[in-house]
Amino acid sequence: MAAKTLLINGTMVSAREGETILEAARDAGVKIPTLCHLDGLSDVGACRLCLVEVGGRLRPACTTTVSEGMDVHTHTDALKAYRRQIIELLFAERGHVCAVCVASGHCELQDMAVTLGMDHVRYAYLAPTCSVDISHERFGLDHNRCILCSRCVRACDEVEGVHTWDIAGRGTSARVITDMNQPWGESETCTACGKCLLACPTGALFKRGATVAEMEHAPARIAMIVESRRVRG
Amino acid sequence: MELHDLQLIARRERERRRRIRIHCCTSSGCLASQGLEIQKRLEAAVAEAGLEGEVEVVGVGCIGSCGQGPMVEIAPEGTLYEYVRPEDADAIVAAINGGECSVQRGDPLRPFFTRQFPIVRKNAGKIDPERIEEYIAAGGYRSLYRAINEMTPAEVIDEITRSGLRGRGGAGYPTGLKWSTVAKSRGERKYVVCNGDEGDPGAFMDRSVLESDPHLVLEGMCIAAYAIGADQGYIYVRGEYPFAIQRLQKAINQAKKFGLLGSQIFDSTFDFRVDIRVGAGAFVCGEETALLASIEGRRGQPRPRPPYPAESGLWGKPTLINNVETFANIASIIEHGPDWYASIGTETSRGTKVFALTGKIHNTGLIEVPMGITLREIVHQLGGGGHSGSEVKAVQTGGPSGGCIPASLFDTPVDYESLAQVGSIMGSGGMVVMDNSTNMVELAKFYMEFCKDESCGKCVPCRVGTVQIHRLLEKITAGQGSQADIDQLQELCQLLRNTSLCGLGQSAPNPVMSTLKYFTEEYEHLIER
Ligand SMILES: Cc1cc2nc3c(=O)[nH]c(=O)nc-3n(C[C@H](O)[C@H](O)[C@H](O)COP(=O)(O)O)c2cc1C
Ligand code: SF4
Ligand code: SF4
Ligand code: FES
Repeated sequence: MAAKTLLINGTMVSAREGETILEAARDAGVKIPTLCHLDGLSDVGACRLCLVEVGGRLRPACTTTVSEGMDVHTHTDALKAYRRQIIELLFAERGHVCAVCVASGHCELQDMAVTLGMDHVRYAYLAPTCSVDISHERFGLDHNRCILCSRCVRACDEVEGVHTWDIAGRGTSARVITDMNQPWGESETCTACGKCLLACPTGALFKRGATVAEMEHAPARIAMIVESRRVRG
Repeated sequence: MELHDLQLIARRERERRRRIRIHCCTSSGCLASQGLEIQKRLEAAVAEAGLEGEVEVVGVGCIGSCGQGPMVEIAPEGTLYEYVRPEDADAIVAAINGGECSVQRGDPLRPFFTRQFPIVRKNAGKIDPERIEEYIAAGGYRSLYRAINEMTPAEVIDEITRSGLRGRGGAGYPTGLKWSTVAKSRGERKYVVCNGDEGDPGAFMDRSVLESDPHLVLEGMCIAAYAIGADQGYIYVRGEYPFAIQRLQKAINQAKKFGLLGSQIFDSTFDFRVDIRVGAGAFVCGEETALLASIEGRRGQPRPRPPYPAESGLWGKPTLINNVETFANIASIIEHGPDWYASIGTETSRGTKVFALTGKIHNTGLIEVPMGITLREIVHQLGGGGHSGSEVKAVQTGGPSGGCIPASLFDTPVDYESLAQVGSIMGSGGMVVMDNSTNMVELAKFYMEFCKDESCGKCVPCRVGTVQIHRLLEKITAGQGSQADIDQLQELCQLLRNTSLCGLGQSAPNPVMSTLKYFTEEYEHLIER
């Protein structure tokens, strides 16, 4: 496999052909913020946090492959401002009340707000009334905390192979659904494997019975499963 | 099917024709105001007058001046009747033999008609779109014959490239370049897709082309398939166009029967089949990657490009996707040659463009004009100025993805670059005219509401940003806004434009940004109160 040489924030970096900018940057010790990306799953370029500047244009680092001589900037002032706007928009979209959330302290959205230095939200809170689905005997879904990253959809489809999850509706009315939009507990395809819970970045998917700050996700396990399958062939 | 078979069909069709043809518009606009009833009554009137040997009544596609419909035209002499009612049938038929007729007449010599340059609409309003024989008699399918029998695929692509044709779906990507990319892409199978999703409010060009001359689009697709090496095509039409779908299906069936679609077209080794796919009412499904996902039966949601459909499209195979109007130009380019086509229009924007003129304008309807014409000529000459004499203030081109162009810039020529320079886009051809009664902030709000409702919800800036922008506009129009709100509006517009995943989010700020630029005082007036 041919190697490519590119510039990341002015430093020469080598990368494998076919690698994404995100992977190349990580190998070079440059951390690019991500939310919809999860190691082991396909990339969709949805959250837009990983946008980087390539030759004056913005490109998602998670879906853009490296090319020879690429000049990448990952943390320009404009990018930092956009990322903060995006995270504020997410906080304003639904009911993210960390103080009463099962995932507080173990939430990628919360961590991202801290990393990006978000100290308040300048946009109007949309405060929609979202439902909570606790029809499943072991798991629960709180739409108030869902950021529509689709990691659950992809984990279920690509790793467990059953495609219980999907997204229905448009715009801010879009919601994750199970099967043909019936209660999770009545899903005929769900194997109760819990991979969606591993993958979820927020407190939207949780183990029933968990209370505030008790719910820990383990997103890295998705990549482990995928990798061990690959090794065994 | 051979060339002489085509010629034979054409000759028989011409022999069959009556000396006088009463053209009765049966496209959606006129159909909605009793077009079919008028056609029936005219047929009865002809029979009653015993003129069947001399006169025939033909249901034709859109004549163009939809605002004056239902339209009836007497061919070949050219008398035009406007606002026809079913009970006018007898008088119209009597007038053929010199009788009295008080039905309002249109002037075929007014600029609305004479300033047009029909290529895409060459047969519209002249032939019965439901009879392939009429299309063939008008010279149809001869370009396809020429392409298959006298040209190599590379030569076809070369002619399209040299014609300078650019995509009519909005972005204006060079068509020849796209074709040659797909032709060069490797794949055991390739597809041709026609985008007839046409979701812009105020746009009805593609509907009219499909309803008025479906074979023109099929012939263009077929030539494209030959050029790039595809054997399967799909036409994606929005579900709100049942009539266009019906006519298209009829056209496909007829073309199959005549051996112009299907296996071994013109006795060559070239096969091409076309199927219709019906959209389910999402604007975003007009975006090419979402459209392809929808054809595959998945959720109609855009994905990041590259890879472009030309490399990896339907089911991962190289796919050519063009707009309805783009395909409708192809047969004429092959017929008259690339130099002829390139001589129309401007240096960077060759050929013609079809526009749907709507809003506060005297002549609403469909026009096809050479590129390079100015907005002033369109609005004031073809369009006849403001509705009932009101003063035209601005036009919106490109629908919710376009911008508002103030009357002071009406000398801007209609070409891709000039429209972009003034903050709008060519778009797919919607042209909405505003007069002094239109509040521009309300207008921006209307388009943002549309984008907010049509956002697919995949990426954060567009999904949430459109809602926030819409809220700010609501606050401002309610007289509760402040300068800080306008600043935030601008900041959000920049975010959407620069970070959204697809064209919907990237261009959603255009109506807001252009009205903020050209009609600042209307915003200021609202926040001062
Ligand atoms: C939100 C959105 C809606 C679109 N809708 C249409 C449409 O209705 N018809 C169309 O031809 N192109 C539409 N496009 C453009 C297509 O993505 C694509 O560029 C076009 O079909 C290519 O054809 P062309 O090269 O012939 O213009 C849309 C793009 C976006 C971003
Ligand atoms: S439930 Fe969790 S993983 Fe699924 S889309 Fe919502 S936030 Fe993402
Ligand atoms: S820009 Fe809007 S329509 Fe396009 S992918 Fe993002 S959310 Fe969907
Ligand atoms: S991580 Fe790349 S867009 Fe979300």
